[in-house]
Amino acid sequence: MSEILLEARHLTREFPAGKGRMVHAVTDVSLQIREGETLALVGESGCGKSTLGRMLIRLLEPTEGEILFRGTEITGLSAREFRPFRRQMQMIFQDPYASLDPRMSVRSIIAEPLKTWNLCRDREAVTERVLELMEATGVSGEMLHRYPHQFSGGQRQRIGIARAIAAEPSLIVCDEPVSALDVSVQNQILNLLKKLQKTRNLTYLFISHDLSVVRHISDRTAVMFLGKICETGDTETVYTRPRHPYTRFLLNAVPRPDPRRRETGGELLAGELPSPVNPPPGCRFHTRCPFATEECRRTDPPLRETDGRLVACHHPV
Amino acid sequence: MKNRQKELAELHQRRLEDGNGPVSAFRADLFRMFRKNRAAALSVLVILLLILAAVFAPVLTPYSYDDMDLGNRLSPPSAAHLLGTDEGGRDILTRLLYGARISLLIGVVPTVVSILIGAALGTIAGWRGGITDTVIMRLADIVLAFPSMLLAMVIMFTLGDGLVNVFLTLALLNWAAVARVVRAETLRLKNTEYIEAARAIGVSGPVMLLRHILPNCLPTLIVLFTLNVPAAILTESSLSFLGMGIQPPSASWGLMVNAGKNYLYSAPWICAAPGLIIMVAVLAFNFLGDGLRDALDPHQKNR
Repeated sequence: MSEILLEARHLTREFPAGKGRMVHAVTDVSLQIREGETLALVGESGCGKSTLGRMLIRLLEPTEGEILFRGTEITGLSAREFRPFRRQMQMIFQDPYASLDPRMSVRSIIAEPLKTWNLCRDREAVTERVLELMEATGVSGEMLHRYPHQFSGGQRQRIGIARAIAAEPSLIVCDEPVSALDVSVQNQILNLLKKLQKTRNLTYLFISHDLSVVRHISDRTAVMFLGKICETGDTETVYTRPRHPYTRFLLNAVPRPDPRRRETGGELLAGELPSPVNPPPGCRFHTRCPFATEECRRTDPPLRETDGRLVACHHPV
Repeated sequence: MKNRQKELAELHQRRLEDGNGPVSAFRADLFRMFRKNRAAALSVLVILLLILAAVFAPVLTPYSYDDMDLGNRLSPPSAAHLLGTDEGGRDILTRLLYGARISLLIGVVPTVVSILIGAALGTIAGWRGGITDTVIMRLADIVLAFPSMLLAMVIMFTLGDGLVNVFLTLALLNWAAVARVVRAETLRLKNTEYIEAARAIGVSGPVMLLRHILPNCLPTLIVLFTLNVPAAILTESSLSFLGMGIQPPSASWGLMVNAGKNYLYSAPWICAAPGLIIMVAVLAFNFLGDGLRDALDPHQKNR
């Protein structure tokens, strides 16, 4: 098994919600990302996926818990001490329209990391490197002096990817990188991400609510519900034999392209997502879980090794 | 909501067709403004004429602004003196042209200074937040809490007369409002994804402000500029009218109105001409500012 690149221990993040109340966005999450793998983080909207992703690369400070990068704790570091790590972690954003500065040309956008880290000795070297990156991500070099609004969503996302890999990071957090794109473009971007991972030895944390996309790209999957991880393991294991009831419902909800198989989808999840301001006691899923017992209402199940993956459930199915 | 999306899509399409980037999109916006907004187009013409008049004042008139002709005091408009003469027998048209130099200078220089100060403090306050924000914005609140004319008079009184002191006074007065607007804009930009992206890259604070925040505040700053120029001209006119600004024999429009007030009934032309020109200049800058605001504000487009 390869080395652990990033490890989170008991990460918690709360946001003030007014009147002294707190939104418990992420609660006591521990996870490991191994060198060279793609870890997918799935869950419905508002379950804390993006908060967790941003905390892991210190775009957000955790309320509690620690993060280790290659064995070094990075949570307590000052901005100056953290700088060498900053270059190692980059991010690809969901909205390719909002994540590029509208007043900068493609060249300036992709050159920004190069300049920030002084990776090129002069202007020509910068331009050359930018052109290389554009070629690697499939953006025509003729577009060098164009502006973001002149591109389609897919091309913008390619520019965002070029920017993310420019400083040669080891970890990239991809926050729903394809959910704003239409399906044909989604595939191109996913294949590009895969190719880059192979050629540049990248590790991805891939945040998504789209389970079919995740299956396509990830080695391991972590399923989140209301700020906690409820099941995590190899993607194939989790997909073929889900053990947590929530994972099972989530997989049942994946739309099937074949209309003849549509009816065999199985049960779907009913009810509303409980409020993260006031999460239910015990297991956070018990209000929607058909298998919930008295035990589930009282105690919160920890993640336990079950059937080759970790499951946080008193009664794994 | 639907409509707005359609609007944005159309706008996006048009920008694609317009050509190369925000610079030309910006130019296209301006062009559209002049085509649609006659008042703004006319304003630009008026402002250009005023500037030309100020620059070529010595060529346009045979007199000098301080040529006294005591035998010819308070004479009404005539062929020799198109707008008449004042209480010292000086040609009013001549003084109006020379006055344009000082009045336009007073409109532009302190406004530029106040926008530089306001933009710097506003972005820093919005970006840093916390105690920095509190200190800067409470300072701005203090400036804004005083009636501006009163504050201007106090500062002028302390500093003494003179052109440079008028510049200083107006700059000290106007930076606060600019800082407020720029701070609000910075707070908005701070939450955008491209600023977060820049943070993820590791861009440092000062570079962030110069490379991302300020360029994106530019349309706001341009509009603030055109709206603050006439305000500055008016404040200077008021100060000069009260005898606290420019000192005779120099000519500024406000000063001329002041000089004419004693002869309002016997020689109304002394007041009328500079009063009218102040109004025209102020209106021109205001219309231009309104036009620019409409043209650069995406919410107002396509109307």
